[in-house]
Formats: sequence, structure tokens, C-alpha cells
Amino acid sequence: MRRVLLPAALLVALIGVWQVAASTGALADLLGLEAFLVPSPAEIASALWESRSLLAENAWVTLREIVLGFLIGLAVGLGFAVVLRLSTTLRLAFYPLMVASQAIPILVIAPVLVVWFGFGIGPKLAVVALLCFFPIAVATVDGLRSVDPQATKMMRTLDASRQQVMWRVEAPTALPFVFSGARIAAAFAPIGAVFGEWVGADSGLGHLILQDNAQLETARVFAAAVVLAAIALGLYGILALAERRIVTWR
Amino acid sequence: MSAETGQFAADPSLPAGQGPPGVGVAVRGLGHRFGELEAIARLDLEVPAQGALGLVGPSGCGKSTLLELIAGLQQPSAGEIALGDSRDPAGRLARCAFMPQRDLLLPWLTAIDNAALALRNRGVRRAAAREQAGHLFKRFGLGGFERTRPAELSGGMRQRVAFLRTLVAGKPVLALDEPFAALDAITRAEMQAWLAAALGADPRTVVLVTHDVEEALYLSDRVAVLSARPARVVEQLSAPNPRASDRDAAVTDPAFVAVREQALAALHGGAQ
Repeated sequence: MRRVLLPAALLVALIGVWQVAASTGALADLLGLEAFLVPSPAEIASALWESRSLLAENAWVTLREIVLGFLIGLAVGLGFAVVLRLSTTLRLAFYPLMVASQAIPILVIAPVLVVWFGFGIGPKLAVVALLCFFPIAVATVDGLRSVDPQATKMMRTLDASRQQVMWRVEAPTALPFVFSGARIAAAFAPIGAVFGEWVGADSGLGHLILQDNAQLETARVFAAAVVLAAIALGLYGILALAERRIVTWR
Repeated sequence: MSAETGQFAADPSLPAGQGPPGVGVAVRGLGHRFGELEAIARLDLEVPAQGALGLVGPSGCGKSTLLELIAGLQQPSAGEIALGDSRDPAGRLARCAFMPQRDLLLPWLTAIDNAALALRNRGVRRAAAREQAGHLFKRFGLGGFERTRPAELSGGMRQRVAFLRTLVAGKPVLALDEPFAALDAITRAEMQAWLAAALGADPRTVVLVTHDVEEALYLSDRVAVLSARPARVVEQLSAPNPRASDRDAAVTDPAFVAVREQALAALHGGAQ
């Protein structure tokens, strides 16, 4: 119970402090800003309610980009990891490059992706999928490699083929690793979608945030951020639930 | 326990045509090195079909390597290993099942699915594999634990399931690598009696590595005492009363105690 109550109490306290600081104008004075630029939680809540259909419309666009991009990154990441596990040559060639390539700032090359894939959903999916690919692929490669070599030997004397060792021993061993990689990816995915929209889009929460920011609609910017956070938390929750249902032996 | 298990003549879980009922093991002039390190030197061993050979030796003397070589998991640097007429690693692998030190049960599978792994690997459908392995569970006193996950089993029960997994593979030769090393003394004694009864009901050619001289002499017909690295045979001893149904009486028998002292003396001599 304390595990739920304590963070909840802290959250309420933080919102309360923010509410007081914003509604008395103390926060705006501190920042040297006009009061309307510093919305209070109550104003954000009312923006959420008043713009609910606009937010929902744009949230749907962004949600699709996040989920589809995540699934593409997951599928490619898992496939890559399995291939690297089965082929020593490919692993030696690709793995160091794969780890090093995480240093490439994907968000920075997002504009190029718009040039390549146009203004539709394509570049957003590319950014999200690329962001999700690396943590999932690296975690899965590490997970597959964490298999006890004795277990592999034992399976060989039980007439297992290389593929059977992979599916019966290595894949289940890697599953918890896959889930922790997927959780990191789930946190990256909304950032990728918003950035993809910032580079060029005519709808989506990222697009809305950019527009509202330009028009100094700060309360709705925060409202859109709340919706984005809810999407990210939802994805995270689904993953946690799936892990608990699938990885029952831990 | 042997009375309860001994009445089963044919084993329904064994696939037909898995080689002759008995396959002997012959090791001749075996040498093995890891780079500069010489692990085994000029080793000769002979195990008759359905016989049991115990291997004892100081820690790190290459006993486990020897088992992996016999099982076909590695190819020796020198010399020859024959399981029946199979000399190449693939042929040895096909005739030998290996039980590692730790049970290595897969935690995501139930006990019966762990035991049935060899059948599943050969393409037997899940239901048929469970049924075949299920016969062994009942025969060897594990009935009722079929659907239990390894995490819920005691150390002794896990080792039993691991041994059944080795038996279900239906190979004529079993390579057992310190199968009970992780168990407490009482459970280990129980498991030795259980294994003796199981081997009585379902005879195989056994190569048993252990650091426990008493365990080797109780479970094997002959015990080879190995020297420190590079491993060679210091002394071979015959066990006075292998796999006797009353273990406690067998291991306290004066003849047994005398051979045990002899083996320990050889072990100390070889360790230096």
C-alpha cells in the first residue's frame, strides 16, 4: 500500500505547490514572465477538457506512429539479434557497429528522413523504429548470449539441432532481456514520434505542440504533453503486463 | 524401492532401434590439451557394456573434460574413444547422454516437459512425448510431479528429473558429471540408492565422475583413480558390492571400507 500511497502523495503535493505558485503569479514573477505564459495545473486540466476532441484527434495520429514504429523496431530488432546469434561471422561484423551506431543522433537526421520518405507517416515511423531498434536488438543479442554453455551441451547430447537450441533454450533465456530492451524503446518511441512531426507534419500531438507554442497557448502545450505521457505510460504498462504473463518462471 | 521399480521389464519410452542394448566404452591412449595446458595424458579406460565405471580424482584434474570427450562434445587431441563401434564425435553424441553437474532444468518448462526434451528434439509431438516420459515418472517415484515447475522442486527431486531426462534420451551410454555434488549428505545418500535402483531397472553403460569415493564405489562396478593434471589412471579398483539394495549396510561393510581406504590412499598419492 505504501508503494502506491507515497508516490501518489508526492505527486499531489508537487501539483499543489505548482498550483499555488502559478495561480498567485509567484512562478511567473520568478521567471520574469507574463502570468498567462505560466499555466497552473487547473488551467491545464481545463485546456485538456475544452480541447478534448482536438487533442484526441491528434493523439490518434501520434499513437499510430508510436505503436506501428515500435512494432517495426521490435520485429527488426528481434530478427537482427537472432541472425547475429546464429552466424558468428555476421555477429563479429555487425555487433560492434551496431553498438557504435547508437551514438548516431537519429533525431538530428530526422530532416533527411522527411526528404526521403515525404510528409506522410513514413518518416515518423522511420524515426520511431530506428530509436526502438537499437535497445531491443542489443538487449536481445546480450540475452541470447547469456545462455549457460552447459545447457547448450546438455541439449546437444539430447539430439537438439542448432535451431532447437535457439528456440527451446536461448529464446526463453533472452525473453526478460527483450522486455527490458522493449521498455527502454517504449520510452523513446513518443519522443521519436514528436520529433518526426516537428520536422514536418500537418497533424499529431507534436504538430499541435509546435503550433500552440507559436501562438503562446501554453496551457494546451502542457495538455498535449500530458496526453503524450499517458500514451507512454500506457505502452509501458502493456509491456509490464505482457512480461508478467509471459515470463512466469522468474 | 528396487522391488517397486524392478518389476518393469520393457521400457516403453525407448525408441526402437537405438543401437544394441549394450554398448561398451573404450578409451585408448587418450591425450587432450588446451593450448599449452595438458589436461589428459595417455589415458586408457575400458567399460564393458552395461557396466559402470566411476572416475575419482583431485579437483581440476580433467575429469569433466574426459566426460565431454567421451560424450562426443569435444574431439581429443590424441588417442581414440570408441562407444561400441562409433569413434567420431557425431557417433559418440548419438550414443551417449550427458548429465551435467547442475541439473540445468529449463525453468520455463514443467518437470515432464524437461524430461521429455530429447523426444521433442526428435520431433515427437508434445502429447506423445509427455505420455512416454510419464511412464518413467511413475516407474521412478515421481508420479504427481509431472506438471511442477523446477523452481518448486527440492534439490533431490530436480536431480531425479534431470536423470530421467538423460534416461528418456534412450542412449546406451550415460555420462554423469558429479550428479549429486550440490546436494546435502542425506539427500545425496537417498539419491545414490534411488539411482542404483533406477539403473537396476533400466541398465545402461555408465561413466560416473565424482569427487566422492564412497559414491563412486557404491554406484560403480569399477573405480579408476585419476592423478592430478595431466590426468592418468593411478589405480583401478573393483567395487565389492555395486548398487546393493541396502545402501547403508553396503557402505559400512568391512570389505567396502577397505577398498575405500585403498582408493583414498591412491587419490592422495596421485594428487602429489
